Amino acid sequence: MLLEVENVVKHFPITTGLLVKQTIGQVSAVDGVSFDLSPGETLGLVGETGCGKSTLARCVAGLHPITSGRVRFDGDDITNLPRARMRAYRRDIQVIFQDPYGSLNPRRRVGSIIADPLVVHRVSRGTELRRTVQELMERVGLNPEHYNRFPAEFSGGQRQRIGVARALALRPRLIICDEPVSALDVSIQAQILNLLKDLQDEFGLTYLFIAHDLSVVRHISDRIAVMYLGKIVELAGADELHEHPRHPYTNALLSATAVADPDEAERRRRIILTGDVPSPIDPPSGCRFHPRCPKARERCSSEEPPPALRDHLVACHFPVEAGEDLTTSGSGGRPA
Amino acid sequence: MSLLEVTDLKVSFPTSDGLVQAVRGLSFTVDRGRTLAIVGESGSGKTVSTQAILGLSPGADISGTALFEGVDLLELDREQLRRIRGAEISVVFQDPLTSLHPLYKVGRQIEELFHVHRPDTSRAEARKRAIELLGLVGIPRPDRRVDDYPHQFSGGMRQRAMIAMSLALNPKLIVADEPTTALDATVQAQILELIGRVQAEFDIALILITHDLGVVAGIADEVLVMYAGLVAERADRRTLYYRPHHPYTKGLLESIPGSTGTRGDRLRPIPGSPPSLIDLPSGCAFHPRCPYAMPVCAAERPPPAKVTGGGGHASACWLPHEAVGLGPEADALRLQAKEA
Repeated sequence: MLLEVENVVKHFPITTGLLVKQTIGQVSAVDGVSFDLSPGETLGLVGETGCGKSTLARCVAGLHPITSGRVRFDGDDITNLPRARMRAYRRDIQVIFQDPYGSLNPRRRVGSIIADPLVVHRVSRGTELRRTVQELMERVGLNPEHYNRFPAEFSGGQRQRIGVARALALRPRLIICDEPVSALDVSIQAQILNLLKDLQDEFGLTYLFIAHDLSVVRHISDRIAVMYLGKIVELAGADELHEHPRHPYTNALLSATAVADPDEAERRRRIILTGDVPSPIDPPSGCRFHPRCPKARERCSSEEPPPALRDHLVACHFPVEAGEDLTTSGSGGRPA
Repeated sequence: MSLLEVTDLKVSFPTSDGLVQAVRGLSFTVDRGRTLAIVGESGSGKTVSTQAILGLSPGADISGTALFEGVDLLELDREQLRRIRGAEISVVFQDPLTSLHPLYKVGRQIEELFHVHRPDTSRAEARKRAIELLGLVGIPRPDRRVDDYPHQFSGGMRQRAMIAMSLALNPKLIVADEPTTALDATVQAQILELIGRVQAEFDIALILITHDLGVVAGIADEVLVMYAGLVAERADRRTLYYRPHHPYTKGLLESIPGSTGTRGDRLRPIPGSPPSLIDLPSGCAFHPRCPYAMPVCAAERPPPAKVTGGGGHASACWLPHEAVGLGPEADALRLQAKEA
């Protein structure tokens, strides 16, 4: 296994007081998440705003210290390593961020932005550095002559290519892609997805791919994990998850995904969830999805469902059976 | 007579870099109770065109006509337009957080509509209507939430409140500009269902502006695809998705993950990026990115012409009129035209 994530918990304290800080509560952003990644594999991580998917990514990348749990990279325990020791692993683990506008310094030239990781890790310098950077630019589909331009002179899609080149500079083994195409128009999005796929084949990269768009995630992932309020509720092969979703939340999420096909859109029976995602400061008891679940019963509010099944993991007391219709389920689903 | 009839609308912005030609001659009609979707990518002019019609684009040079029930909106002065906007035509914007005033209670912002447009409504009556409207759009316990501030609402609830406001004065037309783009999938489904329900219930015409072909697949009667300030293609929903004529529409549909074959296959993106609106390509603005571009495409701008998809199917493209569809036969026709 290239990456092993074991029962990772990340709580952010909520503090009050000006001089004497007092902790009055905590946001359970990630609450006991486990998964692993084999070399060359892509694991998609989907979920709605606030489910903890980006926090989890940052914990894996060592950008947030974790509250408890364990992260192993290539067999080495990298949980909360001190900065100096983490540095060696940063060459192997890189991140591509969502916002190609906010993640590039507008006052620096593109060449020097891409060169940063090479300079910081003292990989190359001088003319060799410039040549390496220009090769990277060419590889991601940028014109190497634009080395001296500023980010503002590039379109959104080209900026995301800059982000990809920067992540690729140190020849990492794992790239964490945090919503890399969400800010892009659909025709440009497809260009970047193809690029990521090509780079994966060429360099044998492993991706942890975070997105809220299920069709994007299905396209690029081998396996998909669905998160809800800080927990993975279901994890299965990409096609398996789409064809036989077991968790009621996955079913709802899939049925709510917009589809560019009028017949399919009319045929589809949407499971409309009531209410909003509860606050991670005070998550519901038992199964966190129970207040919105069309299948919820007594037990769901008191007892937390353990993850079951090895190859198709679903954290639910009453998983959805094949052919079951959730749109007519009358129980539960109380408004929040 | 159509409810709204826009003819040859042109909108441009003079800037220090040159003239930005945001909309370059847009014509469309919306009938009572119908839904028109305007689809396009960033910078296609979809938002600017409706904002110009409603007098919401200061600093723009605008020409053309926009007849709403026979009255040209572009000829009205500010006061006359203000009376129509909000009452006869209402707008739902993309970002409900910035379009609601953070310091006023949600209920008060709805009541204000009555004070401004219907001055004879009493305060108590306006409040009663505000509560009714919040209930109508599915806000739980509206009699209490009416006194909440926008920050106490979730994203989906704020968009519901915006829809409540847009319905307050029984408008004939709602312009919804990317109403679900900022929302999660499950909330987006709730809001789209709500929009469809109130539209049918009150027989309101809807202009739905979006970049997402998935959003309109289920609700639009007619779809207009815009590229670089012009209509590339117009058709009823089924024709547009299953028998597109314009290579740009085809490219958009094929860029969607899952549209072509199985998982993991390479997607077929449109090469290049959208043109600068200051320095537009000659002829058809799409020709530098078009896989079927012919010499005529760079020389002359194609007029919107009737093509064989059926109904009011029109496409601004020089390819033969019968080259519609996504299949290999249509592609063969297109390539044949290119080679000729």
